[in-house]
Parts: sequence; structure tokens; C-alpha cells
Amino acid sequence: QPTNRTVTGTINSPDSLPLSGATVTVKETRQSARTDDKGQFTITVPAGQVTLEITYVGYAPGQIIVAPTATQVSLVMKRPDNNLNEVIVIGYGATRKKDLTGAVTSITEKDFNPGVMGSPEQLINGKAAGVQIMSNNGSPSSGNTVRIRGGASLSASNDPLIVVDGVPLEIGGISGNGNNFLALLNPNDIESINILKDASATAIYGSRASNGVMIITTKKGASGPLKVTFNSLLSMQTVTRLPEMLSAQQFRDLINTKGSGAQKALLGNSTTDWTDQVFENAIGNDNNISVSGSIAKKLPFRASLGYLYQDGLLKTDNLKRFSGSLVLSPSFFDRHLKIDINLKGSVNDNSFANQDAVWAASAFDPTQAVRTDKPEFGGYYERIDNAGVPVVRALRNPLGLLEQESHKSTVRRSIGTAEVDYKFHFLPDLRAHAIVGYDIAEGEGTNYVPDYAAAQYTRGGIQNSYSQKKTNKLFTAYLNYTKNLPGLKSRVDVTAGYDYQNWMATNPAFIDYNVKGEVQASTPADSQRHVLLSYYGRLNYTFNNKYLLTATIRRDGTSRFNKDNRWGVFPSLALAWKIKEENFLVNSDLISDLKLRLGFGVTGQQEGIGNYSYLPNYTIGNEFARYRFGNTYYQTYRPQAYVSDLKWESTEAWNAGLDFGLFSNKVTGTVDYYYRKTKDLLAYVSVPAGSNLTNSITTNVGNITSKGLELSLNTTLISNNQLTWTVGANATWQDVKITNLSLVPDTASPGSFTGPEVGSRGLQILSPGYAPYMFYVYKQVYDNKGKPIEGMYADLNKDGVINDKDFYRYHSPMPEFMLGFNTQVTYGKWSASTVLRASFGNYVYNDVKANQGSWETLQYNPYELINLSTDYLNTGFTARQFFSDYFVENASFLKMDNISIGYDFGNVWKNTARLRVGMLVQNVFTITKYDGVDPEIQNGFDNSFYPRPRTFSLNLNLSF
Amino acid sequence: CVKDLDQQPYVQETSASVYAKAENYKKVMAKVYASLAIGGQEKGDGNADLSGRAANAYLRIYFNVQELPTDEAVYTWGGGDALNPVQFINWNTTDEWSSAMYYRILYTVGLCNEFLRNAKDDKISKFTDAEVADIQAQRNDVRFIRAVAWSHALDLFGIPPFITEDDPVGAFFPPQIKRADLFSYVEKELKEIAAALPDRAQAEDGRANKGAAYALLAKLYLNAEVYTGTGKYTECIAAANEVIGQGYTLEPTYSKLFNADNDKRTNEIIFAIQQDGQNTTTWGGTTYLVCGPIVGSMAATDLGVQSGWSSIRTTPQFVSLFPDVTGATDTRARFHTDGQSLQINDPTLQTDGYGLTKYTNKTDAGGNGSNYAEGLVDTDFPMLRLADVYLMYAEAVLRGGTGGNTGTALNYVNLIRTRAYNGSNAGNINQSDFNLNFILAERGRELFWECTRRTDLIRYGRFTGNTYLWQWKGGVKDGTSVAQRYNVYPIPAADRAANPNLDQNQDY
Repeated sequence: QPTNRTVTGTINSPDSLPLSGATVTVKETRQSARTDDKGQFTITVPAGQVTLEITYVGYAPGQIIVAPTATQVSLVMKRPDNNLNEVIVIGYGATRKKDLTGAVTSITEKDFNPGVMGSPEQLINGKAAGVQIMSNNGSPSSGNTVRIRGGASLSASNDPLIVVDGVPLEIGGISGNGNNFLALLNPNDIESINILKDASATAIYGSRASNGVMIITTKKGASGPLKVTFNSLLSMQTVTRLPEMLSAQQFRDLINTKGSGAQKALLGNSTTDWTDQVFENAIGNDNNISVSGSIAKKLPFRASLGYLYQDGLLKTDNLKRFSGSLVLSPSFFDRHLKIDINLKGSVNDNSFANQDAVWAASAFDPTQAVRTDKPEFGGYYERIDNAGVPVVRALRNPLGLLEQESHKSTVRRSIGTAEVDYKFHFLPDLRAHAIVGYDIAEGEGTNYVPDYAAAQYTRGGIQNSYSQKKTNKLFTAYLNYTKNLPGLKSRVDVTAGYDYQNWMATNPAFIDYNVKGEVQASTPADSQRHVLLSYYGRLNYTFNNKYLLTATIRRDGTSRFNKDNRWGVFPSLALAWKIKEENFLVNSDLISDLKLRLGFGVTGQQEGIGNYSYLPNYTIGNEFARYRFGNTYYQTYRPQAYVSDLKWESTEAWNAGLDFGLFSNKVTGTVDYYYRKTKDLLAYVSVPAGSNLTNSITTNVGNITSKGLELSLNTTLISNNQLTWTVGANATWQDVKITNLSLVPDTASPGSFTGPEVGSRGLQILSPGYAPYMFYVYKQVYDNKGKPIEGMYADLNKDGVINDKDFYRYHSPMPEFMLGFNTQVTYGKWSASTVLRASFGNYVYNDVKANQGSWETLQYNPYELINLSTDYLNTGFTARQFFSDYFVENASFLKMDNISIGYDFGNVWKNTARLRVGMLVQNVFTITKYDGVDPEIQNGFDNSFYPRPRTFSLNLNLSF
Repeated sequence: CVKDLDQQPYVQETSASVYAKAENYKKVMAKVYASLAIGGQEKGDGNADLSGRAANAYLRIYFNVQELPTDEAVYTWGGGDALNPVQFINWNTTDEWSSAMYYRILYTVGLCNEFLRNAKDDKISKFTDAEVADIQAQRNDVRFIRAVAWSHALDLFGIPPFITEDDPVGAFFPPQIKRADLFSYVEKELKEIAAALPDRAQAEDGRANKGAAYALLAKLYLNAEVYTGTGKYTECIAAANEVIGQGYTLEPTYSKLFNADNDKRTNEIIFAIQQDGQNTTTWGGTTYLVCGPIVGSMAATDLGVQSGWSSIRTTPQFVSLFPDVTGATDTRARFHTDGQSLQINDPTLQTDGYGLTKYTNKTDAGGNGSNYAEGLVDTDFPMLRLADVYLMYAEAVLRGGTGGNTGTALNYVNLIRTRAYNGSNAGNINQSDFNLNFILAERGRELFWECTRRTDLIRYGRFTGNTYLWQWKGGVKDGTSVAQRYNVYPIPAADRAANPNLDQNQDY
């Protein structure tokens, strides 16, 4: 009868320092022990040869094979080799990180940003070079804008393709969830987010890949004992910065000095800070529990439940999300057949504040009281005309806009996939892989405003409900053949497949009632569909483990274009050279990794276009917009603008990259340079009057080139058994230029106007030879005290008159440089981390100042005064100067996105559980010259922005 | 599965499905007409046709550019509503309202062309003979609306881009047309349409008839000298005679031409932009003309709406056109003087300048229109009416046109005067008073706020320059001379950027 024996050993770091607290597990019995502060352990093992598995945070897992007679062992742990053997999902398959030929950034759970996450994109903000992530505003349901390499398009869409567990998601939101579609995924269920940046990596996604691809992989079950993890986070959000408007005293002084008698008479006696009235500190909590393991040692699974509760800074704003997921990963026939069933579901309950209150709070007369002592209009102070009814077009009480209105929605979403992977019995090198998937979302909502609320007084209140359903069906099938050919020193990996994806959105008819139930407006039912068919193939070829080649091709057909334009072919080719494997480097201690990558590919872009935009559509008017002939009111058919020959944008992109590791990979990094040419850009531009049935339209307008340099660096500065300190940094430089505009080829024309409409035209311009979206403005002239002189602009063409020939192109909202920095320190059981982000060269048009900083906007009716921006005190403008470059401000910034501190109690409660706690601040500070609320503004147009909160939170993580 | 790529809209109609049915043509024609009345497809201009200021309804924009720069109107919210450049006649190439007018006009032309493209003989040959006849008749209506839009472009901008039903829809650069060429085109169109449209008696109510086409043609001829340098007063008289020959008569009560029941005034109103508080709803048509002029102590309820907008008053120069401000002699002088000062020291004060009521939402019986609470009115806008044609006839005679005579002209003028004086001939004039200056003044009294003043002042050479000054002309209290270039609005800078074919009007 063999008997157990005792084995003792020592675990050291590469620097020969003892590692204390390492876990040593006997693979056969799962018994485990920990090393003491001398790095030593003692453990009982069964007879015969056994394997010990050693794990220690910050090191690659180690293994010791213990011979049947051995009792004394030792191991030097290795630092993780930059996870080079890590398998990365790249779309229609996976590859080892070391075999990558394209520009791919992979961020896994351990590197995710901590804290309150309304939506998964924020997990990686600041962590990847060339990736810009911006929350749309401070509302918990606002959603994010993601730009990979600045986006390749102009205005069609610059959103990347997002693929969740093999299901490419549709861009855009759903009724009741605005633009926050991705928020229906629980960030806690996500294992990794991979960003495919260059065309050689993305071309396998063909017509949707120009803006990069974000591949989100959720957590799966693992074989092994049952593991339960519980996370809880409690947070409070506070207001950071608000627009600077005149205080009650300043306002009163101004009117008393400069106002007319009638205006003075309108002043109230109160002092009200309206922003104080509409904003409040917001609380939130986020709780998640997950169970993973294996049922009966046969069926690996993971199940999770999550609940998020988040108030908004604006009163009555609230988001609640219930989410759940279940993953089953059985395998059969000796693992020849693997099946993954993945179900995710969530229910979001939203309460939307009326965001008009943000603008109303900054503009409402600060000398008026919030409430009256009268019952009319719910007791809120409102502007009443001499007939006793709310003044047409007057501002409404900002607090009334929040407290009197109810806008609620419930959105349910489920994403499910069944994934089958079969390794052929007769030819195990050949695999068949198929995914059947769906993504179904249903949104429904209600609006209610009582008939006594001033905001909806004339129509008698609001009482309506709406709904929408979106269905996305997917079928993917591909074959993969992988073969090592040792005789030829080669390895081939070939994939060929077919995709079918079908999207449908249906909206039932919408009828807008007032409180009495009288119809105020109606919109007929609508149903929209589109289909994408694709064939694709990929070849990976490796020679001598040094030279790598990847070639892909995809052919896409879309229903969004006419028959002649709907098919497109998207090829790519990439080469990589693992220089480290060459004889002259293979033994180098200094250079531990070196790989050169070169890639070229063609991708497309078809988002941001309506499903039927190439067809001449007609919109039927409703019953309030009819026209009478004889005794009959006829509903009207309006022809919509259309462009019959709409086609793909297509982007050709080159990428050169270098991956390197130094000093045993203590320093690792990547440098990428890219150059892209996009043809047939889709942009929303003014059309020549008379040429179409509108004044602005999305159409193919011209070509653009973009280039950029991305650098990322990760270093481990210190690593020993007490202290580890890692630093990561990334930098991005980008430059975009329009090379031609087919829409306006004539050089006599300055270009196409685009962007938000101020005054009589789009504020920005697309011009050949310039960056897109530059502000097209006059050059302000200042007096000798530096004060802008109203209406006085530089006569740039020196013809003696100031007219439209004197506009010039002045900066754009796109940054030239972006920097990301993160660092993490672990000392014993303590850990701390922070993420900072900086952006340079991005400009913002301060529309709050431009639109609210002149005397003329003080009054729009005889019953009310409107507050002015404090900028009025600087400029004294009488009339708004929309096209002055004075309002285009440098919005470069440095932000600390988060800072956290955590303590790991280690094993607690007699080693039955492990406990970690932490504290975190998000949106810690912003350093900027920009004078508005926040320099990070989508599209560079700051028009009463809902401020992003600063969030303080406490979190707790328990696993057993 | 490749067939799945042929997706067609399930709910929206495409041109193929709309024009598959003959009855749908009338609904497209309804949009053509409605494009003068409302700015979108839903209540109160919702689901707007265009963006920016051009999302406003046609008539609001047209009123602003035709009336606010003249002696007839002063606007309170010129700052906030960006109307100061228009009312002070110092606009430039980025002016918001003239730009909105420009896009609105060309949009309406585009709608008409879209109808006409799809109503060509070969496209409708599949229908029955009766249906074909209906659609062919509708083509004349649509061409008439297009002629209205072009006549505004001719008058306001002079040299717009030019498109017809033979142009495509899509990315191309419309060529620019010369003012004289556009005049000839509109003239030729109107002559053809006038021949083809039904007589007044046969036409369906609400649609254009022969009288409308001839009245517009008369207006075109009256201003021909401005547009082309060559007067066409003889042709003006001939066209006016055609209108009068249709059997129109003056409505006995002036105020009934502008109330909620004025759709019944087909005796005098030749062509109207219709509006209805329940069915044809807009903030920018006559709603604007009823609610906008409610200022100071004027009671909104007297005008059939719940509340007013305090926007529009008038200048002392306009007031002085009337013998007295009480309305006791000339009943058209419906001034609101209580709490208002005659002089305008500050255009932003709604109490500076007399108020004036013309359009109301009151029915003949004295009740309110169908949507009192929201103030969406039932009142139609009389774009062409007999009194205008009488005055055109008289002016053309005075300017040397042949084919008419002074006696008839004098009689027409005195018919208008008698009505204005409540049936009394105390206001009638005789031969010695009958001159061009009198006609201009009478046009002011009779047709104020009917969107003709700017055109009239230009024809008389009094819009720009310093021949005639009124308060706040040129942005100065007592008025000042303004440059001649302002006789037309500029081609918007935005369109010159988008369309390299476009030259600018002189001196902009």
C-alpha cells in the first residue's frame, strides 16, 4: 500500500528573492499550501510522481514535476512572458498573441478600469493607443462614443463594429435607450475587449470594418471546483463644473444699469441659483454575483446576476439594470465536439430627466423665486401673459421641467448564441465551426406631463407611450484547417466561411395624446430591415517560426444600396517577421522580443445611412398637416431627398508595426504607423439648392487620407515579493486631411458646409487640403485692451469689405495628440492605481457663450428676461457673433480618469473565502484652458452640456 | 438568400408605390400646395421639410423678407430671432432669413418638379382616361405653384439656380439663370398655364384657376421693368382684364377678407394659401400674422386666440398714409393706439409704434376659430385678390400701358375706396388725385401686410436710397439711405460654397 509522503520546497523570484504567499497546489489531490516569508512550503503528496502547480500574482503559473522519490524541490518563478502564448480572439477564430500580424490591442479583465461603469466601453478608456472613448454626457443613460484611430469616415458613422461573442451588433440605439445600446451588457460579465485597428486585422469584417472592430468576449465556465464571486460597489456622484452665468446680483445690477424701464420692472426680488435647483448629488450601487465551475465534472458553466442602480446628477434621472447570463460549455466525443451555449439578458429601467432643464437652469432669470404660493402650474413660478396663460416660447421653470414630468422606459435585451465546434474524427486538423445567434431588444416607454404644467399647458399635457423592437439574426459557419508541416518548417491555418445577418426594427404606430386623451400627433407604424451576406477566407502561414503571413478576403453584399453598388470585395495581406527568433538575437538578454509587422487591407463602411436611402421614399403627412381641395382634406405625400447611387465608403490602409520586449520583457511595447485613404466618403453636407429635395443630405462626397503613429509601453519597474510597480503609457498622433471633394470639385468653392447649423449655415467646413470639420469663421479683431470688437473682423482677402470671402478655417475638434498613462502599485496587501489621459489640439466651439453672451438674447417676449453668460461682461456684445473665432476655444486637456486604492485581506474566515475592498474616485480632475463645462465634447460643439459627474465609490469583492 | 438583398420598405412608400395609384397624385399635389402653407408633415410644422430657419413655414419667411424691411412693419424680437439685418436692411450673404427664403423657394420648385417628372404622359399612360385627364389637370396646378415660387425667386434674388422637371434628383450643380431669362420663363409658363387652367366657375375650391394664373402674370408684368429693364404695362392691363373677366367682385366688408371664415371669400380672393386650426396647422403662416401683431394692451381674445406674441407693429410713416387713426373714415385703419406711442424710439419695445390688426381668427358670426387654445388659426392668406388686380390695372394705365383707360381705372380705385369708407363715396378720388403716388399709398392702405410692400417700394424706386425714409430704415431712428444692392437679396454664401456655378448679385 503506497503511502503519502511530505515534500518541502522553496519558491524564488528571478532575482533570487524568496516569494512569500505563493500558492502551491498538488494537481492530483487539489491540496494546497502557501509559502512562508522565506519562500518555503511543506505539503503532503500521494505516492508516485506528482505535479505541483504554483501560482503567484504577477508571475506566470509554474509547475514542478516531483519524482516518486523526491522530497526536496525548488522553483524560480518566471515573469509572465507578456502573455505571448495567450490566445486572442480575432474574429472567425483565434490566434496566439505571438503569431499576430495585425495591429491588435487586447485588454483583459485584470487591466480593466475599476469603478462605476454604465457601459462596457469605459472599461478600457485610456488603456489602448489610438482608441478614444468619450461618454456623451453626464447622464447615466447617455452612452459613449468610441473612435478607433479617429475614425475613417466623416459623418456617415465613425463607430467601430462591435462583436459580442461572435455576434456583430447593430450600431445605434433603441427607443427607450437612446444611444446607449451597449449599456445593456453588464461590464462585470466581460472577460476581454480586443481592438482590431489595422485593415489587415479588420478586413475579415469587410464592409463594416473601416472604423476598427471591438471584439467583446464574455466570461465562460471553467472546469474545476465551484467558485463564487460577489462584488458590491457603492457610489456617489457630484457636480464638477457648471456654465458661468450671471449671478442674481450681477444680473440685477446689469438690468438696473442698462435695461429699459420695462425690463427693470420684470426683475424679481429673489436670489435663486437655478443650477442648484436642478442638480443634486447622485447615488449608485452595483452588485454582481457569479458562480462558475463544473456540474458533475462534466458540464462547465458560469452563471451571473447583476443589479445596477444609478441616479443622475439631474434630478429625476435614474437607471436601473438587472442582468443575468448563463454559459454552458459541454464537450463530447473526447473533446472533438465542443458546444458553447451563451445566453445574456438584461432589463433596463430608465427614468429620463427632461434635459431641457440644463439649458433652462442656466438661462432662467436668477432674480425669480422657484415657487409661488398659488396653486396654478403646480405652484412653480412661471411666465404668464396678460391673458393668464403661460407665455408662448418662454422658458419654463427648470425645476418644474424635472419634477412635473415623467419619462420612463423599460428595455429588455437578450443576446444568445449556440456555438458548435467539431474536430473531424477522420481528420482532426479540420474543424467545422458554426454559430447561430440572435440579438433581440424591446424598448417601451411612457411620457406623462400633467395638463397644469406650464411646459405643456397649451396642448393640455402629455400622455403617451411608445415601443420598438429590434431583431438581429445571425448565422455563421466556417471551416478551419490547421496543419504543422515539420518537413517544410511550415504551419498553415486556413479558414473559409459564410455569414448571413438579418436586422429588423419595428415601431408600432405612435399616437401622442394629451391628458384628456385628445390626439395631438401621430406617427404611422414602421418596419425597417436590412440584410448582409458575406463570404470570407483567411490564410495564416508560418515559416520556420520566423516569418508569418496572413491573407484575408471578404465579399459582402448589402441591401442598403442599389443592385449595381451592393457587392464589394475587401482583401488584405499582412507579413510579420519574428526577428527575435533569428540567430543573432535568439540569445540576447537585452532584447527579449522583437517582431516587425507590415499590413495592407481594404475595408468598407456602410453605417449611418438609412436602410432605403437609395430609393425615392415618400413620407405621408399626418392629419394635422393636410390640405383642402373642394370639401376634402387630403393627406400629403412628401418626396424625401435621396441619392440613388449611394455606395460604400472604402478605405485602403497600410500599417507598419514593431512589437518589442526588453530586459526579460520587463519593458514591452508596440509602435504602429498607419496610413489610410478613404474613398467615396459619406458625409452629411449642404447640397446645392435645387439639386435635391432638401438642403442637407448624406452622400458620397470625396476622399480623405489619415495617418497616425501609436506607441504603447508597459514596464514593470519593481517586482519582488513585497512590492510590484507597473507603469503603462500610450501615445497617439493622428492627422487627417481631405484630399478632394467630388461634390464640389471647383477650386473656386471653399468646400461643403457641415456640422451644427448656427446662423444661416453649418458652422464647419469640408475643404480639400484641410482637416475635416474645421471651424469656418471670421478672425476676430480685438481692441488694445484685448476685448473683442463687436462685428469687427480681419479683412483677410484685403478687398475692403468684410463678407463671406473673409471666412477662414480655424482648427478642428479632433485632437492631434492623445496620451494615456496608467500605473499600479502593489505593496503587500495594499494596491493603488490611477489612469490619466491627455488630449492636445482639439478645439471646441463654446456655443453657451456665443448664443448667450450678447444683449439681444436677454429678451424674446415682454414677460421675461433671460440670463446671460458671464462672458457678456467681457465682450459687451449687442448681437450674437456666431462666426467669430473668439468662440472657438482650445480644449486640450489633461484628465485624471480615476484613482483607486485597495486592500486584499487574503483568505478569511478560516480560508473559506477571499476578501478585497477598495476605494475609488473617477473623473478626479481636469486641467484645461477651455472655458466651458467640459473640454471633452462630442463634435466640438458645446451647447448646454450635461456635466459629467465626479464619482466616489467603495467596493467589496468576495470570492469563495 | 441573395434575394434577401432586395429589401423594400414595409411601411414607407417609395415613388414606385405612390405613383402606382392614380389617386395618390392628388396627395402629392396636396404637398405641393401645402409647401406654401406649412413647414413639415406633422402638427405645427413638425417633421420639418428642411433644417435651420428654413424649417419655418414658407409664409412666415416670405412675410419677414417682404414686410419687415419696409415702412409697414417693425419687429420686436429682431435680436433674438436674428431679424435685425432684415428689418434694418443691412443683411449680408450669411443672413439667416433670406437664406431660409432661398432654400424654401427652391425646395418648393423641387417638389413641383418631382411631381411633374412622375406625371409625364408616358408615366401615366397606364391609368384610365379619366384618371389621365385628372393628372394632366393637376400638372397645371403644380406648374402654377412652381410659377409662384419662381416669381418670388425672381423678385427676391434675381439670379437663382435654375432647375426643371428634366433635371435629376441627386448630386449635380444647377446652372444659374439670368434675371431676364427667368422672367421670360415664368411669363411663358404662366401664359401656357392660364390657357390650360379651368375657369373660376369650373375649378375645384382651393385650387388654382385661370384667374390665379392671369393675376400672377399681371403682377409679373407690372414689375417687368425692374426685372428686365423693359416695361410691360400693356401686357399687365391685358392680364388684369382676363382676371376681371372671370367675374370676381369685391367683398363688401374689408375685414371679412382676413378672418377665420375667409375661405368663403371666393368672390374676391383669387388665390389663397389655406390654413386650418385642426387640419392645416402651422406656427408660420397666418398664425404668425394673427398672433404676431398682438402687442401691449391688445386683447388676444378679441382676435380669436388665447395669447399673442408681441412681435409686430408699424411705423409712423405708415400710420400717416391714413386720414385718421380711429378707422372712423377709412375703416382699414385698424390701429391699436392705447398704450402705444406713435414714434419708435426703440424697436425692441412692443409699445413703441402703433399696433395694427388685420388678420383675425374670428368667424363671421363673431366666434373663435377651431383651435382657440393653441392659437393655430383657420385664416387663409389671400395671396392674390381682386383689389390688388384693380390697383395693378390702375397703375399700369398710369405708367402708360395701353388697352385700358383712365375712366375704368378710376372706377376700380373708387370701388376699393367706397368699400374702405364703409360704402360711402366720401373717400372717392377724382382724376386730379389719380397719380402714381396715390396708387402707392393706396396699395399701402389696401394691401398692407400682404407681402407686397417691398416689391412696390422697389418698383417706385423708394426702397433703397434716400427718396423715402421711414423710422429705422437702415437701422437709424429717423431712417437713412441704404445702398442700391439691397434691392435684391444675396445668393447665400452657403450655396455659393456648394454650387460653383453661382455668381453673386452685384455689390455683395
